[in-house]
Amino acid sequence: MSTTSRITAAAVVAAVGIAALAGCGSSGGGSADSKTVTLVSHDSFRVSKSVLAAFEKESGYKVTMLKGGDAGKAVNQAVLSKGNPQGDVFFGIDNTLLSRGLDEGLFSPYQAKGLDKVPAGLQLDKGEHRVTPLDYGDICVNYDRGYFDRHKIAPPKTFDDLIKPRYKGLLVTENSATSSPGLAFQLGTIAKYGEKGWPDYWKKLKANGVEVVDGWDQAYNDRFSGSAAGKGKGDKPLVVSYASSPPAEVLGKKPAPKEAPTGVAAGTCFRQIEFGGLLKGAKNEKGGKALLDFLLSKEFQEDVPLQMFVNPARKDAEVPELFTKYGTTIDKPATLAPEKITKNREQWIKQWSSLVLK
Amino acid sequence: MAVPLAFFALFFAYPVVAIVGRGLKDGGQWQLSRFGAVLSDPDVVHVLWFTVWQAAASTGLTLLIALPGAYVFARFDFPGKQLLRAVVAVPFVLPTVVVGSAFLALVGRGGLLDDLWGVRLDTSVWAILLAHVFFNYAVVVRTVGGLWGQLDPRQEEAARVLGAGRFEAWRRVTLPALGPAVAAAALMVFLFTFTSFGVVQILGGPTFSTLEVEIYRQTADFLDLPTAAVLTMIQFAAVLGVLALHAWTVRRRESALRLVDASQTARRPRGRGQWALLWGTFAVIAVLLLVPLVVLVERSFAGPDGYGAVFYASLASAASADSTFAVAPLDALWNSLAYGAAATVIALVVGGLAAAALTLPRLRRGPSGRTPVVSRFVRGFDVLLMLPLGVSAVTVGFGFLITLDEPPLDLRASWWLVPLAQALVGVPFVVRTMLPVLRAVDSRLREAAAVLGASPWRVWREVDLPMVRRALLIAAGFAFAVSLGEFGATVFIARPDQPTLPVAVARLLGRAGELNYGQAMALSTILMVVCAAALLVLERLRPIDRSGEF
Repeated sequence: MSTTSRITAAAVVAAVGIAALAGCGSSGGGSADSKTVTLVSHDSFRVSKSVLAAFEKESGYKVTMLKGGDAGKAVNQAVLSKGNPQGDVFFGIDNTLLSRGLDEGLFSPYQAKGLDKVPAGLQLDKGEHRVTPLDYGDICVNYDRGYFDRHKIAPPKTFDDLIKPRYKGLLVTENSATSSPGLAFQLGTIAKYGEKGWPDYWKKLKANGVEVVDGWDQAYNDRFSGSAAGKGKGDKPLVVSYASSPPAEVLGKKPAPKEAPTGVAAGTCFRQIEFGGLLKGAKNEKGGKALLDFLLSKEFQEDVPLQMFVNPARKDAEVPELFTKYGTTIDKPATLAPEKITKNREQWIKQWSSLVLK
Repeated sequence: MAVPLAFFALFFAYPVVAIVGRGLKDGGQWQLSRFGAVLSDPDVVHVLWFTVWQAAASTGLTLLIALPGAYVFARFDFPGKQLLRAVVAVPFVLPTVVVGSAFLALVGRGGLLDDLWGVRLDTSVWAILLAHVFFNYAVVVRTVGGLWGQLDPRQEEAARVLGAGRFEAWRRVTLPALGPAVAAAALMVFLFTFTSFGVVQILGGPTFSTLEVEIYRQTADFLDLPTAAVLTMIQFAAVLGVLALHAWTVRRRESALRLVDASQTARRPRGRGQWALLWGTFAVIAVLLLVPLVVLVERSFAGPDGYGAVFYASLASAASADSTFAVAPLDALWNSLAYGAAATVIALVVGGLAAAALTLPRLRRGPSGRTPVVSRFVRGFDVLLMLPLGVSAVTVGFGFLITLDEPPLDLRASWWLVPLAQALVGVPFVVRTMLPVLRAVDSRLREAAAVLGASPWRVWREVDLPMVRRALLIAAGFAFAVSLGEFGATVFIARPDQPTLPVAVARLLGRAGELNYGQAMALSTILMVVCAAALLVLERLRPIDRSGEF
């Protein structure tokens, strides 16, 4: 009997201790005080410390950052905590997820300063301004220049090229179900061949020996022969990656090469646009608006390329030499209406899985 | 009893029930028909089958390879034993991202085996099984070996004197005593492999999927909460079944053991057979555990212009780089250690109290052999504590998100969320390591002490504590190690300005370029060294024996 009571007593003491500790450490979600503003984003969000510090100094707000996995997971977390959001501003909902966010009513309308400098083609919520376009990037097939030079074959340029016999067994892509570049590539083919025609294209691609791996990292660093990380041991000279991957390959190389070791097949691109928005129910709405203005400001926009390897949404933001010299400008990327993507996304992925993986 | 219960109710049961409830409820109505719909999907059936199959195969393979190792560590004395014991535990704490990369570098395209013999095992089931053995070798060696080293060899010798053959003596004396530990280890391994996530995702390619991977996809990628909820329930049921079975075997096997100090039972190997066993174990450890780690280290030094510390240098300079991404590796290291220490303390308090509560004399089977209701409840509680191991990190993570979001418990942005989530996984280890030893303490010793006038507190201090001290240390080591390598839950809830080492590695691996890849390998190497160092310190922390007997 007494043993029990002793243990219970000890337990109570410990419980109080834990509760006290939890008490000291806890700071609420969102920004309870008006001097802090909280940004919710995905893992890839980056900004230079100096740029952020300048904003903090100028506006008087302190910025806290919360990240929740990749883009899809971050959006899903925002959907789950709708109405009682984790922060004030969300960064990084892209056009493949946009409709879900808008249908769920995640965002309050706000027209950020400088929106007139953003091309109309990027503004997918022009009527209501619930979200603001902040950057864009293209998912394209990358090729290993060395391989095609050695074999005296011209690298592929378009979706149609990829099913030609001369490129048999050369392409590695990612699983649509588990990888966002993989899904973007599939969406590109849907945009190109239509909702009726894409399965047929994939059947041909499969017959032409396309390999599917689960994630971008494995495809690019392990399978692709053109990535420096793979030490040229990969045996696939074609990979689904980003238009900004060639500049990334050059980064840190000394002396700087004449051209990037890899190139981009410009006719295989799908454009991803990333948006930011003021979360509905934000505790610090005023700070959130200031933060959105900052995200569209020239300072932040010019910081974007080297931080996140995407292009700024603002026309007047200068892009660093690394991009202009080694990158490829994609003039006619494939696109699909966001509501169409949201409506069919799951069914397309399922269909793709049973078609390609089985 | 109250603390562990409250802890689990608040940080485990409540979030998980909430997220599952959200999936299964529709306008306040439970939609149980969804079970049928999900279960009749051939894809789901296929995933289920594969999950069970690979877990069983991995467990068998691990036991087969690791049990001789457990014996070697328990009974033999050799130079460098402490170091090696720490080394074999390193794989267990490496994040799955790192292990996946290491195995790809080894058995993948253009990997080591491919260069040597043209062997490629990636996207084959063998890579998954090998990686599972790599991970869980230490689980068996530590749980089984820890107890084996404390068994009194004189009992076996006594049997031999009484005419039993060598095997007979081992079968009748040692095996029954080891039973609970082997069962506990096998169960651990089965649970880990059953809920395996990172390994399957990286090495299995898109063709192999486990239940855990499927739950993750349905939740995080599709937000299909109904399907995820059904799958979670299935996994729950399976894990519960395994745990119940385990509890039953342990109860059947429990007997009072005479535990002696491990340092007295180990001796130098004698005879050809024993030397062969020792060297065989070394060989297994070298091939299976060291080679992947060495490949990792090799890649971290393989700079663009030959070998050098280029990537390490760039890690150091990342600290001063002008980017929010560049968290200095030292900071990430510090974060990892701080989280780990906090998680270990929480896990030890909660797990220790739970283990103590579970061995209270009042709650054991009475002399009449009838089981009181209380005891039934306690046994259920025992199983309950293990459940977090069988629930996917994403379920818990999303559960946290929708439940711990209101003051006074709005922990979503709190530093404490990470150690709490990690402790959730650490507690079962503490309980599993402590229970067999605590239960094996002969209760007559306690009674004798009580008769001689010791207070209950003093009985615990003088009788139980000396016996469980070592188990406590091992438990602490495991809890700390699990926390260091924990990735699934942390990646959901860690603040970006305070990433742990595994999270930092994953971020680097997700970006193109040789520099990022090299830095990821360098960070993994640092993580490995830190884990080894932490485990080595624990090995050294042996309590000073004040009494001759223990």
